[in-house]
Amino acid sequence: MTWVGNNLSLMASLFLAHVMLALPAVALSVAVAIPLGWLAHRSPTIRGPLLQVVGLLYAIPSLALFLIVPSLFGLEMRGSANIIVVLAIYGVAILVRTVTDAFDSVPADVLQAADACGYSLWRRFWSVDLPLSLPVTMAGVRVVVVSTISLVTVGSVIGVRSLGTLFTDGFQRGIVAEVVAGLVLTVLLALAMDGLCVLAGHMLTPWTKSSRLPRRVGFIGRSRGALPATPVTTNEEGSVP
Amino acid sequence: MIYDALAWLADVSNWVGDAGIWMRLVQHLAVTMAVVMVSAVIAMPIGIAIGHTGRARALVTLSSGAARALPTLGLLTLFGLALGIGLTAPFLALVVLAIPPLLAGAYSGVESADPATVDAAYAIGMTSMQVLRHVELPAGFPIMLGGLRTTVLQVASTATLAAYTADFGLGRFLFSGLKTNRYEVMIGGALLVVALTLVLDVALAALQCVATREKRVNGDGAVSGQ
Repeated sequence: MTWVGNNLSLMASLFLAHVMLALPAVALSVAVAIPLGWLAHRSPTIRGPLLQVVGLLYAIPSLALFLIVPSLFGLEMRGSANIIVVLAIYGVAILVRTVTDAFDSVPADVLQAADACGYSLWRRFWSVDLPLSLPVTMAGVRVVVVSTISLVTVGSVIGVRSLGTLFTDGFQRGIVAEVVAGLVLTVLLALAMDGLCVLAGHMLTPWTKSSRLPRRVGFIGRSRGALPATPVTTNEEGSVP
Repeated sequence: MIYDALAWLADVSNWVGDAGIWMRLVQHLAVTMAVVMVSAVIAMPIGIAIGHTGRARALVTLSSGAARALPTLGLLTLFGLALGIGLTAPFLALVVLAIPPLLAGAYSGVESADPATVDAAYAIGMTSMQVLRHVELPAGFPIMLGGLRTTVLQVASTATLAAYTADFGLGRFLFSGLKTNRYEVMIGGALLVVALTLVLDVALAALQCVATREKRVNGDGAVSGQ
């Protein structure tokens, strides 16, 4: 443990470097996934192929993409841009499906009411579709945040500094404390960012009073005996004031 | 650079021998399959029990969350330091990583059986084990297969990174190429890994498709597979 005490400034600088890679990657994936998810939600012809392609993208190992993407897009392999672009690809792969579900979950009668009030498609998107889809979208964003923070560490094997550097350096020099410090810091960062997402979700969707966000991501099954939860009922639960 | 990599791939001499592409590919697939089998033996019974009894569900959610947050490379290097540069360390690390998705698949498969059908099965006098065997397992088979697909892909993918601490699999080309600045080996290896995962994904998707369509026929297979 003396290693930890002697290397606090190194850990702090790697922590900061890690955040500076993870945050832009998450922001980029949200910015790309929302329009794509909206397209998939609006057009059944785009939906099938798009969801297929993002599903395939997600299957590709990140290490392989870190090596291939730079030569395809002319990026510096050991630069931040490479890591951010590759991780954004994964983020989009996870998010597009969730965002599509999120837009699907907006109740049709609310949309019809907005149309009847004379909202343009553009105005309806910003003031009805997008806000009402947020509870489901945020669940997906939380998954992306946690998995991106974990994946940033892989960049360390090609030489990009992050908390993952503690793994490669600790492994090469045989310092267990360094590897453990990296694990603890990465998990803590992921938990902290996840907590911030929950907080942001509450602030963005104040009408969902209860803390039970509709969790439709991952393998979380419905409770036994409950009615099958359709997207519509899930959202109504959350949106009734 | 891509052309150099393709040229490297096209050279037959790179495919043969003890450290050739064929050998690495076989190692990669063998380790992936062995890891998935060992993990399945551990995770499937637990996941099925949780889904059947409805107890300890939090375990599934917790393990999925933990697996997502825990950096793979950290686990691989930690095991590597503890167990040395053999196959044991990455093997165990991969097993640890393969358990959560298998657990989740088994659990949500059993859980996905229609509660009304389960109640009806109990009502006609089936025992708990009979309900599991004849209702929940057949109904949950497609979802379990989905969990298996996720797991195989994840293990095959992570096995690439595992070559950082041990001398096996296609990942070796990536790391040796990186180390010696032979970019054609590095990119060629990366292309092989991408091709392998895509082929696995498509093959498993096809398997899942067939199994879902012939669910009733394969229902017994789901049971004997345990």
